[in-house]
Amino acid sequence: MESLSFYVHIPYCLKRCGYCDFNTYTPAELREGASLEMVSNDYIDAVLREINVAHLQAPGSVPTIFFGGGTPSLLPAKDLGRVITAIKERWELSVDCEITLEANPDSVDDAKLSAFLEAGFNRISFGMQSAVPHVLQVLDRTHNPDNVARAVVGARRAGFESVSVDLIYGTPGETLEDWHTSASAAIGLGVDHLSAYALIVESGTKLAAKIARGELSMPNDDLMADMYLLVDSLAESSGMSWYELSNWAKPGHESRHNIAYWKTSNWWGLGPGAHSHLNGVRWWNVKHPSAYKSALFSGQSSIQDQEQLTSLQMRDEKIMLSIRMREGIELSTLSSEQVGRVKGYCQSGHLSERKWQAGSLQLTPQGRLIADRIVRELVV
Amino acid sequence: MPAISLAKAPQPASTDPAQIRNFAIIAHIDHGKSTLADRMLGITEVVDPRNMRAQYLDRMDIERERGITIKSQAVRLPWRSGIDGKEYILNMIDTPGHVDFTYEVSRSLAASEGAILLVDCAQGIEAQTLANLYLAMENNLKIIPVLNKIDLPAAQPDKFAAELAKLIGCQPENCLRVSGKTGDGVADLLDQIIEQIPAPQGDANAPARALIFDSVYDVYRGVVTYVRVIDGHLSARDQIQMFSTGVRHEMLEVGVISPEPMASKGLGVGEVGYLITGVKDVRQSRVGDTVTNFNNPTKTALAGYKDPKPMVFSGLYPLDGADYPLLREALDKLQLNDAALVYEPESSAALGFGFRCGFLGLLHMEIVRERLEREANLSLISTAPNVVYNVKLDDGKSIVVTNPSEFPEGKIMSVEEPIVRSTILAPSEFIGVIMELCQQRRGTLLGMDYLSEDRVEIRYTLPLAEIVFDFFDKLKSSTRGYASLDYESIGDAEGELVKVDILLQGEAVDAFSAIVHRDKAYAYGLMMTGKLRELIPRQQFEVPIQAAIGARIIARENIRAIRKDVLAKCYGGDISRKRKLLEKQKEGKKRMKMVGRVEVPQEAFIAALATDADIEKAKAARK
Repeated sequence: MESLSFYVHIPYCLKRCGYCDFNTYTPAELREGASLEMVSNDYIDAVLREINVAHLQAPGSVPTIFFGGGTPSLLPAKDLGRVITAIKERWELSVDCEITLEANPDSVDDAKLSAFLEAGFNRISFGMQSAVPHVLQVLDRTHNPDNVARAVVGARRAGFESVSVDLIYGTPGETLEDWHTSASAAIGLGVDHLSAYALIVESGTKLAAKIARGELSMPNDDLMADMYLLVDSLAESSGMSWYELSNWAKPGHESRHNIAYWKTSNWWGLGPGAHSHLNGVRWWNVKHPSAYKSALFSGQSSIQDQEQLTSLQMRDEKIMLSIRMREGIELSTLSSEQVGRVKGYCQSGHLSERKWQAGSLQLTPQGRLIADRIVRELVV
Repeated sequence: MPAISLAKAPQPASTDPAQIRNFAIIAHIDHGKSTLADRMLGITEVVDPRNMRAQYLDRMDIERERGITIKSQAVRLPWRSGIDGKEYILNMIDTPGHVDFTYEVSRSLAASEGAILLVDCAQGIEAQTLANLYLAMENNLKIIPVLNKIDLPAAQPDKFAAELAKLIGCQPENCLRVSGKTGDGVADLLDQIIEQIPAPQGDANAPARALIFDSVYDVYRGVVTYVRVIDGHLSARDQIQMFSTGVRHEMLEVGVISPEPMASKGLGVGEVGYLITGVKDVRQSRVGDTVTNFNNPTKTALAGYKDPKPMVFSGLYPLDGADYPLLREALDKLQLNDAALVYEPESSAALGFGFRCGFLGLLHMEIVRERLEREANLSLISTAPNVVYNVKLDDGKSIVVTNPSEFPEGKIMSVEEPIVRSTILAPSEFIGVIMELCQQRRGTLLGMDYLSEDRVEIRYTLPLAEIVFDFFDKLKSSTRGYASLDYESIGDAEGELVKVDILLQGEAVDAFSAIVHRDKAYAYGLMMTGKLRELIPRQQFEVPIQAAIGARIIARENIRAIRKDVLAKCYGGDISRKRKLLEKQKEGKKRMKMVGRVEVPQEAFIAALATDADIEKAKAARK
């Protein structure tokens, strides 16, 4: 039976962080005059309508559901629970279905965490970003670093099977020591899974404006590279292994939802701006929550646009995504010309020599740092 | 009115030479030659006021935009003298204003009996004008000194009248004063041309001899050849012959320009006009050649025909290799109209397929490049310009090098390079900076003269190679634009010259090799390796950049290996965006040039080959 993962977008935050360009809105921005509860209830109704659309088009059993945002943990557990229930009613969930909640450490307490578990969640991922106050300040994050530890302990106590934290490195003003502090703190929490992302300055954000004005400056690539290698070695020596460029996990705790993206499985993204993929077709919804809601409430399609991938695009995507993963790319799937173009990266220490001999292309830590470059060699 | 209608004026082929005056105008760029010419067209009423436009005679966009005349032209102006009341035909022969086209200037002058020396009386004479003035004086032309722009508030006619008087040996009060803009003094100038310039003399019964002073390709008519008849007669029914080639041509049309082409029965002694023979390429109808009658040819050619010799060479490459055939076509087309342009295919490991082109000088090079880019819509990379070197080897062989990559590797006995005598005119406050610049460029001071109290003429011999790169830009910028430069070739001299190669990862990049003086090799190496270190992106391995003379490394920089080239995050919603970015990068990668294993973006080549002035220009264009 085909599989169908779900992504549920919750486009609300209490406050927008300076570096963030995600499709999310503060209640003030939405100007709907309503409380978060009312917004939430109304919004979930719209998502349920989209679930009905999905049900007509995409059969399959559901291996993973992921609530991202925005700040999903802002919404009442019962509202999120309505979505999980609706999916359960229409599709068969795998026995070990992974249901993840992205959470802000500030917006959870023990009662809320239990309620989320009750609603069906079994995996939680906290946005930690950093343990260093001056770094958090540049990122515009509101949380107190201590809250992360409290939240992780709370999640364990509540009974979450898998707990993850997200970190960001390369924030303006962050030193290698700062990063060492943050990465050690995250790993010291005993989490099962760690994501560490290089800060990308997205145009249109407050951070980009500050950099453009010269108030802040980005760290150089060498420092970023050192930060990556540092977190990789700390994670590996604590019993986690990398399974994707920016992700480390204890055995069995890899995020199966994210793996679905990287393996180009089928998934349906619910919510405004959410992307979906079904058998070589990608589409995405209208971006604004109001437009999304009004489309669905008036029986219209919520799709903004779509693309049918050509076989060349599928090939390129496959290379671009699978190279990010530990399994890498089987050399037998590449042309001799492609193999010839990247062979030199074995000698330069960017590809694992041992794996190459065994017939696959796997990035070494140095190679992971220049993954995009190697991808370009393969797709040209 | 002293103007005569064209219909009533003396007609071509039947005008008495005594009624003809042929004159050239010698002037510097923007000293108002075109405006004065416009005014002459207006006052003689050959152009209807309704059809008048600025710079009427300048045909190419580039001519109008830059305010310079690249090709010459001749216009027949009927005029009744205000002095004796008789009818005359004035042929105004427009000359190119730039040093690169000295040869064409000299032919225009050879077609005239006199010249107007036109000087902006707010600026004074410029070096190139001076050079052309001397050329005219050598040709025994009657010089009429004219101060233009007397309407300007900054005009200093007395000062510059004294300057001109000193230069040509006349009295300051003999300088005419005109304003091309207001028309003031222009009628008097026309009268003075008749008074002062001698009428042409020639033997009407001798075999025809006509001097080609210009040759222009026209898309509809083929080559239009401008001639001045010295002896005999050219008739519309004749077959003509080119003296240098002996080739016979049918005469399709003969006529005069007034200022639109007007067919006539023929051209007689002293007359100036055009011929159309159906020839498609100006090289078959070359400036300086003698046209004669096929059935009754002359035995002696007019003096002065020579092949223009390219002085400056540069490689031109299309940015997009696929445009190579277009570049070839465009060059072929340009050559139809530019006998001085030479080119041959060459290939560069770094830049791909292109052409090594020879030019008369820097302006010629710039104009050709600009026309290729504009008229054929091409984007080009040009290598740093170089001159022609004569290299003698120990074994007695000698090699002519027009491209640094041809510089021999073996034992070299001597290298000769072209030397020019340059003349720089500038306000005397800049003597110091000009001398400093010339010393830096291996110049030898020949002499210095004051033209007036505060204007000075400085003469240096300089290796041409020192001028071709950015000498003129430097001269202009260090004299706040006041200095002007002219130079003429005076032969070759031996120099301590070496080839500096630039190596990326041990591999020489041909486009960056240069032949430089030994004392400057280190500075060149340092400059180039430093530039490239900034311009070449980091690769997956360390890339040494070295400058070398033969096997000896004289400068070195290092591009450290790239450490990071990845976008960290890639979730569901990022995939399309990331793939699209990748598709864009794919295109970018195709435009990368590979030097060995090193990827060099095209922009790096362009930037590394650019002069400071190019960079300033590019910055200005962006604003």
